[in-house]
Amino acid sequence: MSNRPPVVLTLYLSVFLVALAVAPLILPEFYITLLNYIGLYAIVALGLVMLTGVGGLTSFGQAAFVGLGAYASAYLTTVHGISPWLTLPAGLLITALVAVTLGLVTLRLSGHFLPLGTIAWGMSFYYLFGNLEALGGHTGIAGIPSLQLFDLELKSGREYFYLIWVVLLAAVFATRNLLDSREGRAVRALKGGSVMAEAMGVNTPRAKIVAFTIAALFASTSGWLYAHLQRFVNPTPFSLAQGIEYLFMAVVGGVSHVWGAILGAGLITILKQWLQDWLPRLLGQSGNFEMIVFGLLMIFVLHRARDGVWPMIQRFLPRRTVRAPTGGAASLPRRPLPVAGSVVLEVQNASKRFGGLVANDKVSFDVKAGEVMALIGPNGAGKSTMFNGISGVDPLSAGAVVFRGANVESLSAREIARRGMSRTFQHVRLLPAMTVIENVAIGAHLRGHKGVIAAACRADRAEEARLLHEAARQIERCGLGEQMYEAAGSLPLGKQRIVEIARALAADPCLLLLDEPAAGLRYLEKQSLGELLRRLRAEGMAILLVEHDMDFVMGLADRVVVMEFGHKLAAGLPEEIQRNPAVVEAYLGGVE
Amino acid sequence: MELQIALLLGQDGITNGAIYALLALALVLVFAVTRVIFIPQGEFVAFGALTLASLQAGKLPGTVWLLLCLGAAIAVLESLRAARERCFRQIPLILLINCAAPLLLAGVLVAFSPATLPLPVQVLLALMLVVPLGPMIYRLAYQPVADLTVLALLIVSVAVHVTLVGIGLLFFGAEGSRTPAFTDASFEIGDTVLQGQTILVLVASALLIVALYLFFERTIYGKALRATAMNRTGARLMGISGTLAGQLSFTLAAAIGALSGILISPLTTIYYDSGFLIGLKGFVGAIIGGLASYPVAAAGAVLVGLLESYSSFWASAFKEVIVFTLIIPVLLWRSLKTRHVEAE
Repeated sequence: MSNRPPVVLTLYLSVFLVALAVAPLILPEFYITLLNYIGLYAIVALGLVMLTGVGGLTSFGQAAFVGLGAYASAYLTTVHGISPWLTLPAGLLITALVAVTLGLVTLRLSGHFLPLGTIAWGMSFYYLFGNLEALGGHTGIAGIPSLQLFDLELKSGREYFYLIWVVLLAAVFATRNLLDSREGRAVRALKGGSVMAEAMGVNTPRAKIVAFTIAALFASTSGWLYAHLQRFVNPTPFSLAQGIEYLFMAVVGGVSHVWGAILGAGLITILKQWLQDWLPRLLGQSGNFEMIVFGLLMIFVLHRARDGVWPMIQRFLPRRTVRAPTGGAASLPRRPLPVAGSVVLEVQNASKRFGGLVANDKVSFDVKAGEVMALIGPNGAGKSTMFNGISGVDPLSAGAVVFRGANVESLSAREIARRGMSRTFQHVRLLPAMTVIENVAIGAHLRGHKGVIAAACRADRAEEARLLHEAARQIERCGLGEQMYEAAGSLPLGKQRIVEIARALAADPCLLLLDEPAAGLRYLEKQSLGELLRRLRAEGMAILLVEHDMDFVMGLADRVVVMEFGHKLAAGLPEEIQRNPAVVEAYLGGVE
Repeated sequence: MELQIALLLGQDGITNGAIYALLALALVLVFAVTRVIFIPQGEFVAFGALTLASLQAGKLPGTVWLLLCLGAAIAVLESLRAARERCFRQIPLILLINCAAPLLLAGVLVAFSPATLPLPVQVLLALMLVVPLGPMIYRLAYQPVADLTVLALLIVSVAVHVTLVGIGLLFFGAEGSRTPAFTDASFEIGDTVLQGQTILVLVASALLIVALYLFFERTIYGKALRATAMNRTGARLMGISGTLAGQLSFTLAAAIGALSGILISPLTTIYYDSGFLIGLKGFVGAIIGGLASYPVAAAGAVLVGLLESYSSFWASAFKEVIVFTLIIPVLLWRSLKTRHVEAE
């Protein structure tokens, strides 16, 4: 495999691990306790990195998930005498149920309803557990047994240290592996907007729930560790205020980086310790005044250093990039293409209304395998609306779309993508911070099957290699081989459009919808794009093209449909269209 | 439950509901205009109530210091900006508004002992201390990052909330305050007693809602805010400054918050952190209205007030749980009836 991290990184990581391993042997008790708490908090913050930094969602209720894990184990071990090793999965199961429910309830709404829901959940949890007699009310549950590892009873903080940090590091590596996988890319695609992700076949509601549930499970695990370390639980550490503090940790450390979670947990915990010593003395009264400093610090971070502290350290480290396997990976199976000349897409009386505006009015046409059909018309003619209707991004108001013999007008964009239609967007929808190859690999989402767990423990590597190999092949084919490992956002707009084509091709479609692919390209680039489309056509691909460059269209298209003000104005061969008086008038204005 | 108790609880619920409704309206307004989910709304409630209580107790309210500090911070930032843009003539005005005015107010408070002044003057002074904090906080915390995503703005809001709660503890201490009732009048209707304060809250809320309605329907600033809420870019192209709209909406939200605090402080003891819970209940109302509809938000808030009141009778320990769990079916209902279309 070529995905080895640079040597320096491995070296730093080894130094860090060795330092952790010897820490309990030399540090005094106070620091061990501090490190234990940092570890516990970092596990929770790591979940928030997954959720907020990567998925673009957030939660203020993570402390309540910690509480769920802690209370589940506290109750089951003290009242029912169940072994702590069995209460861990029980707690995780309960947490997953709550997280999935919250996720299901909020995920169809705009992104800010989930965090609002988690605030309410955090409040409810605190008051519920503080008032349930069976759980000890506000006094809590005492006498929780310590953990027993074979013959070793983990009694002191020093013994717990290794357990906490092993769990944390396992979570860090699992998260990193997951992000660098098919499912991880689906979660990362959420941040770029669900329209693109859905059009590439990503089940975005599912990806959101996956991210939210993973974050909740991490929190719950931290709670389980906490309960058996403290051997006592009450509702206070699981309040909304603590939930907010977890988010602060993640944001201050660097919400887009797994190591940012540990850094943030460390910084906030140490700062809190220090402020709690000094502020009451300084202000002459006691109280949680560190929250003033944290709040101001947070505002400052969001104003001036939105990515947190970790990127400042990362600047001095070499970058790890995902690379395509150099040879050896088997190519992915391909979908059989329809016979050339057979009708692939049939649009029948398609209409789309936005309130009183009729953007498409009873438009009909078809596209055959092995042909380039061009959809042209002045600005505002309804071409992009038609694309959105066909691809299910914004369904039609009336009419039918028959794709490969089946009606698809009422199907979701995701389902239509699964059936072999792939598209690009007029306004480029790439994830600018991700490399070109990772962006293109999102297109191949439906061609892989390995799930979250396989990804977390790297059981997906063979499939991943094939997906990346395919992405690399499509990039090469589109002539962007040299930019493969550059951030997609750093390319000029014309090249970004080509990346979109490569991404659409990675889905192995039999119908390709291209929305103004040649806009922003230079002459030679247009020529090579034309070449690429001719090759695809020769392979039997059906291509539907919206384009304003008439030389490009007329030189390439087999047939042309002209739209104006939502109507179909004309259809026919390019030569006929060029001579059609109505078309000439629409484009150039009539001769008075 | 006897009818008498039911009526009493209903009266309680509607009173609180009226306050939640006011807060819900402010939350919807701020969100529509600025996309900020205004979590610190509740702190204005607490600050309003506690500032009035301090004035009545003959103490200098801590909010004076906050006003002075924020004013000084803005003065520094704005003066630096003016100097950078070589508009030196703006500087005297900046200093006048942000430093001199708060100092003058502080001077008035020290010179006259507010405890002896009549109640309406005390209320006015409390509002003058608390309301300017709204636009000031907007200027310092939100305006520099007004283009962030809703999610990032929400995190800013939570940070502002946490800061203000800490400051509230610093200024007002951990013990709560309750101001004397504005009126001792009470009316007997059948077997139940209707408190004058309750009527005052309802009337004041109704008047405020009408005033807001007239503001939005009849005044040019109100229309500017509505235009901004509908389409930020479009409004800007028509010459409506996004900054002005933001500051205006925060001023309104702060005024509504502070007034709500002043209205309920005779009915319940307010602590430095009470505002958050009160504000969140306004939120549940606002969410019932999808953070978009004013009437539904107000109706939702009254529903929250009633639910809270009756659940405090049936299961007093769990009333908060019941109120906040209400949000789940509400979100489910909203999610089933909205077809989510992504904003560009």
